Amino acid sequence: MATVEARQLVKAFEEVRAVDGIDLMAREGEFLVLLGPSGCGKTTLMRMIAGLEQPTAGDIVIDGRAVTDLPPRVRNVAMVFQSYALYPHLTVERNISFPLRAVGMSKEDIRKKVDWAADMFGIRRFLNRKPRQLSGGERQRVALARAVVREPAVFLLDEPLSNLDAKLRNSARDELKSFQRSLGTTTIYVTHDQAEAMGLGDRIAVLNHGRVAQIGTPQDIYLRPSDTFVATFIGSPPMNLIEDGDTWFGFRPEALVPAAQVPEAAVRVPLRIKRVEYLGAEQLIYGTVEGRGGDAAAIARIPANLDIGVGAGEVCDFALSRHDVQRFDRNSGRRIAEATS
Amino acid sequence: MTTRSGGARRIAGRAGHAAILVFFVTFLAFPFYWMLITTFKTTQDLHDINNNPYLFHDAPTLDHLRVLFSDTMFLQWISNTMLVGLAVVIITLVLAVPAGYALARMKGPWAQTLGIGIFLTYLVPPTILFIPFSRIIADLGLQDSLWSLVLVYPSFTVPFCTWLLMGFFMAIPRDLEDAAMVDGLSRFGAFFKVVMPISLAGMLTAVIFAFTLVMQEFVYGVTFITSSASYTIGVGVPTFLVRGDVYFWGSMMGACLIASVPIAIIYNMFVDRFVAGFTMGAVK
Repeated sequence: MATVEARQLVKAFEEVRAVDGIDLMAREGEFLVLLGPSGCGKTTLMRMIAGLEQPTAGDIVIDGRAVTDLPPRVRNVAMVFQSYALYPHLTVERNISFPLRAVGMSKEDIRKKVDWAADMFGIRRFLNRKPRQLSGGERQRVALARAVVREPAVFLLDEPLSNLDAKLRNSARDELKSFQRSLGTTTIYVTHDQAEAMGLGDRIAVLNHGRVAQIGTPQDIYLRPSDTFVATFIGSPPMNLIEDGDTWFGFRPEALVPAAQVPEAAVRVPLRIKRVEYLGAEQLIYGTVEGRGGDAAAIARIPANLDIGVGAGEVCDFALSRHDVQRFDRNSGRRIAEATS
Repeated sequence: MTTRSGGARRIAGRAGHAAILVFFVTFLAFPFYWMLITTFKTTQDLHDINNNPYLFHDAPTLDHLRVLFSDTMFLQWISNTMLVGLAVVIITLVLAVPAGYALARMKGPWAQTLGIGIFLTYLVPPTILFIPFSRIIADLGLQDSLWSLVLVYPSFTVPFCTWLLMGFFMAIPRDLEDAAMVDGLSRFGAFFKVVMPISLAGMLTAVIFAFTLVMQEFVYGVTFITSSASYTIGVGVPTFLVRGDVYFWGSMMGACLIASVPIAIIYNMFVDRFVAGFTMGAVK
């Protein structure tokens, strides 16, 4: 267990600054998710924490000790790669014991540890197989067992679920969370999948263009996005943003409900409906806000059994409650603190 | 109707498949058959143009092999070839493995250009190089010594094997080295414990290619070596078994067979599984 800090971290590849001054701290035992679109620098940041990439400037501090100039092998971190990176020439048993052999642990200790890790992930019966004889899900478990086996100070997970099919992904996510809970090891997890981030993270750091756009609990990120980037990156469909003078007027699709449903409407939003998308449990109403010019597009997400009784091309009255409204500065995109009401 | 024509198509497909296989097997096995039958045919049988060349007409004979082993220094040439081959293979690996690895992992536009540049040096023919090389060999006082060949042969085995190994190393996912380094190894450790074992196939291929190139080399061998006791197979066989316009076909074919069969066997034993994606299961 340890804390991990990035201090003023910069990584430049020729002209591109992949990581552009990041300050970040993972607390002891925390599950911290680095979330962002591809090219936002999240993988580079993780590789610098692992020691696989040398920062251009700044420091990496693990458990209070600056490790910036130390090679990966002495940082006591374990990493699970997106590709799993299992050693193809070694059996599962040798793959898992690889980090233990590297430090010259005794044979009995290795056996005990391997059995313990293999049991944790239910892969004991595969110990004598080679990676190529395993399915994707089994390979992922081997990769996790190899990371767990030496009880590192920090786990670094680089999109470990992205190579699994959708069905497996949900159960794997669940397992990942519960094993991290039981071990209590500080974990940094990279993903571009917000559902994964929301489900797994104690806190989420949203990255954009090599900077931290926002760091906070999933609730913070979703309910109080710090700028328009986070507001539109998180949530599916994303937050509606309507121009309103010097500000953006923002609200989540699920905050928009037919006016008939609320007793006293706070904010009225007349929506000219373009299209209704039926999604089983819910439906998405695509439309434009009347009286705001042509491009004031908005999406409402309402339960599928709610009949708005209005077809495409017509106007339906929607309403918002006041505390669901967020405002952002038009120029900077920054969130404007709620006015005291 | 549809099932019957489907069946017919399937049978035709299989026949076509078999025909292609038979063609290639024949094509590849024929040289060996030709060497084998010629080795044991009497000279009279060989030279009679009315005989079917693919069959024995006289009883098989061991005469040609007797000539090869007792009238020439064939065994000496084999041991010379082995000695030079071994030395050249070691030198080649020592130079080409790190070079190929560096080229495979180097970033930027230079890597590719440099790789091609190195390969191009392999294409410079010995007929151009043997003159400057003979100056160097003379200056070093290595004329008529097997060491001259040990010195000169890497000039084509190193670029060739560097190129070959570069391809193998490129096929190894970088993640594996990164994983090994995070798992407690240094960069060298990762290279020796992960990259080398995985690219064993590639290195064996390089060894076989380097050795074969040495075995078949003629120009340098005939230029730098004068005494027959120091000949390699590639020089000794044609020099001794072609006397003016008399060709000792049987003995020559016997020599070729003996030299090529072990290589073919080794090649078949290993190369097969090299092709079948040795890194499968490492990533994805």
